[in-house]
Amino acid sequence: MKGKIIAISGVTVTAAIEGLRLYDRVRVGERRLVGEVVRLEPGTAIIQIYEESRGLAVGEPVESAGLPLSVQLGPGLLGTMFDGLQRPLQALLDQSGPFIGSGIEPSTLAAERIWSFVPLKNVGDDIDVGEAIGTVQEGSLCHVIPATGSGRLTRIEAGDYRIDQPVARFEQGGELFLQQRWPVRQSRPVRTKLAPTEPLVTGQRCLDFLFPMVKGGAAIFPGGFGTGKTVLEQSIAKFADVDIVVYVGCGERGNEMAELLDEFMVLDDPYRGGKLMERTIVLANTSNMPVAAREASIYTAIAMGEYYRDMGYDVLLLADSISRWAEALREISSSLEEMPGEEGYPTYLGSRLSAYLERAGVVETVDGKTGSLSMVLAVSPPGGDFTEPVTQCCLRVSGAFYMLDASLAHSRHFPAVNWNQSYSLYDRVTDPAFDQREGADWSRLRDRCRKILQQEAELREVAEIVGREGLQDQDRLLMLVAENLRERFLCQNAYSEDAFCPPEKTLALCRHIIDAFDAVSARIEAGELLETVLAEGDHALV
Amino acid sequence: MRLSEHSYRTISCIRGPLLFVEKVIEARIGEVVRIEGPEGLVLDGEVLRIENDTVLIQVYGETRGLDIDRTRVAFSDAVKKIPVSEECLGRIFDGSFRPLDRQPLYFTSEMQPVISRAINPVARARPEQFIETGISAIDALNTLVKGQKLPIFSSAGLPSKELAAHILRHSGLSGSEKFAVVFVALGLTNRDYAYYLEAIETLHKPFVAIVNLADRPVVERLLAPRVGLTIAEYLAFEKGRDVLVLVSDMVNYCDALREVSTAREELPGRRGYPGYMYSDLASLYERAGRIKGMSGSVTMLPVVTMPEDDITHPIPDLTGYITEGQIVLSRDLHARGIYPPIDVLPSLSRLMQQGIGKERTREDHRQVADLLYQNYARGRELRKLEAIIGRDGLPEKDQSMLDFSTAFEQQFIHQGDGRRSIVESLEAGLSLLREYGVVSDDASNPHQPAPA
Repeated sequence: MKGKIIAISGVTVTAAIEGLRLYDRVRVGERRLVGEVVRLEPGTAIIQIYEESRGLAVGEPVESAGLPLSVQLGPGLLGTMFDGLQRPLQALLDQSGPFIGSGIEPSTLAAERIWSFVPLKNVGDDIDVGEAIGTVQEGSLCHVIPATGSGRLTRIEAGDYRIDQPVARFEQGGELFLQQRWPVRQSRPVRTKLAPTEPLVTGQRCLDFLFPMVKGGAAIFPGGFGTGKTVLEQSIAKFADVDIVVYVGCGERGNEMAELLDEFMVLDDPYRGGKLMERTIVLANTSNMPVAAREASIYTAIAMGEYYRDMGYDVLLLADSISRWAEALREISSSLEEMPGEEGYPTYLGSRLSAYLERAGVVETVDGKTGSLSMVLAVSPPGGDFTEPVTQCCLRVSGAFYMLDASLAHSRHFPAVNWNQSYSLYDRVTDPAFDQREGADWSRLRDRCRKILQQEAELREVAEIVGREGLQDQDRLLMLVAENLRERFLCQNAYSEDAFCPPEKTLALCRHIIDAFDAVSARIEAGELLETVLAEGDHALV
Repeated sequence: MRLSEHSYRTISCIRGPLLFVEKVIEARIGEVVRIEGPEGLVLDGEVLRIENDTVLIQVYGETRGLDIDRTRVAFSDAVKKIPVSEECLGRIFDGSFRPLDRQPLYFTSEMQPVISRAINPVARARPEQFIETGISAIDALNTLVKGQKLPIFSSAGLPSKELAAHILRHSGLSGSEKFAVVFVALGLTNRDYAYYLEAIETLHKPFVAIVNLADRPVVERLLAPRVGLTIAEYLAFEKGRDVLVLVSDMVNYCDALREVSTAREELPGRRGYPGYMYSDLASLYERAGRIKGMSGSVTMLPVVTMPEDDITHPIPDLTGYITEGQIVLSRDLHARGIYPPIDVLPSLSRLMQQGIGKERTREDHRQVADLLYQNYARGRELRKLEAIIGRDGLPEKDQSMLDFSTAFEQQFIHQGDGRRSIVESLEAGLSLLREYGVVSDDASNPHQPAPA
């Protein structure tokens, strides 16, 4: 289908063109910029352009194959860095130099790479869509190839293939490849959704112990600037106990993405060996890259995440930050002259976010495997104000809320997770699992730890009036213990050996402090003075 | 490509800095236009929006004196470009890149569009080269590195321009052969501008100034930083220079953005600023950086005067979300005669970790910085307590911590006009820590902190 541009406003273009469907992909102008249909009217289509629109003229051609905006799925995604439209950044660099050009479309997957295909099915087998037909080895990961059609196989052969060579053929025609395309905005089908049961270990003590995450859960952590969102997000990307990590840098800093890449190339995967990058897909749509592609980037990311989930893996999607996505949505909405809702965000912000977060979960795949997709999303509330619409919309659907506190960050308490206001709805699910793995102490100690921190907050108010010296010995001891918990247990330096803390170490550290608490407390009970006991120095409290 | 320049006299409406022209054939978005008013008035403009044959133009300059009948609009078929050459060094231009120093514009065939394409994240070199600014509060606690964008958050009446000039004068960068300053003055008063210019001229280092003073057209204020950054990118990535871009004041830029957005009848966001302000600011700030395989760098020091001293105001807020940290000035420290009045608690350099340590600054840098920071933060917290229960109500240890925080402000933060090398800064910090018993005096192992 072909047409012409009749109006341009920023990245929104109106074209006189017939026969398009909503969300079809179009190429706009002589430079063939990538765009997507966002509104249809008789004879005209309103198109969102995903690249820099400057220089586009009225009258230039608009073209479409009538296909939706889609991602390419297949072996070779892991270890690659893409932009929001799934263009590999290395290929863009090779083609257009250090500054990103427009209208370039390098292939997502390396076309010339050879994969050794091992069939799981035989000639004559009846295959359904989504069923595994074979595997290839992608790094250390067994990459399952799902069928994209159904029917009886007349050919399926082991051997070396490129992604564009057919590995199998159906009786009634139609071929199967190692690669497939999938519409960006459509979630991949599953048989059923299951309830999450297994904890997702992040290696961060304050999260694993106080506010645990589950495989298949969705967590958000909002925080103003300088509260350590990005460092926490990257720490989780490094140490989370999952098979695949999809990291979306959505509207964030270019230098940080460069740093992340450098680090992931050299750091080791703490669970499976190999380099971290081998289990990671990075999407970088930095803040100065086109805004519409930022909106698309989180969908591109989740489509890839779901693809690996369908192979039966545990996938973790990290986005930094979802607020930038919401702002992109707002920008697009306002250029379409839609009626604004709260703070100028479109009124469908809430439903879009809910729909997105609901794509997290543990599922029984079409092929009968169990896979999970978890989400940890950073939120950047303007002015650090959590009453703003994006934080509030996320709160409604996420299961864990890690509130990053500016005052903790200012006193260099990192990760700056506020222990009084954060919560996790998953602890009842993870408690049995942790108790079983680490011993029944886990939930008991965790509850005590929470209680001590809670009591400290109350005591602090008293201490501010009467001074710490004016408190009872037991209360002063409690404050000392809480201080120990905060500084030696909850604080975790992301730049040291301590950056990753396995659950058994987490438990041991906490037990160490609580045991000392009990011991000292018992002696005070017996009539000794706190000073006397502390002066001895043969306990864990300092 | 059109073969001839075409021009129109079909203006249908003039509104503030905006012009509507009708019956235009094949206009381009972002295209530069020349506007010839009656009485020889000539202005530049840019195409903002096209709807069929009606074109909306943003005029760079004062629209006073334009009329509907006689004004001609000529379309150039090209986006805004400026000639780039090292001959720009030592020159002063206005926001549209017209010379202000009464010398003719140089000739070069090399033209660069002022709207840059984004740097590919994989092409970025990791910023890790330490820049010594000579200021302890920055070097030791909030280290600046090449390719970083580090804004100065100031308040009205605080010495932000003195600090910026101080950094310019004393930064280790300025010792290098390949150094250049790009100074972008946005909505500055003549007084402030003269101060900056003098500071830059006495550097005796190559510089370019792009100047849009407070009484100059607002729309040009949107162009000026882009012009400045285009030159900076050229000097850095084509000519291998280490370029320091000093932009003052970003608040005036954002206000100009708001003014134009309102004239376009766009939907206002927080405090009337347009919803795309984050993306717009990012398109400036993100041009700082280093590129793999190229020797130059663009380092950016924007000055932001926080309206009402409010760090959550949209301008400092969005800036903080994009830049790699911030240097925050404090009214309280200034009132107590401390210069530079940098409040280190809310200040931050996100790229510090890569710029410090063995072979860059000193092995114990991180340790010293953390100890100074923690103890000062503790001291500041105790001050609040002191205000309630009095100094005598505090235990001796806490009283010592209070003294430490005062000494830290007066001896470490306060340094007057002097310059301290990084070693001097770290030693000054260490000696404070020793004096107040935070680290032991053990001379055999001076870098080892005592057990807390």
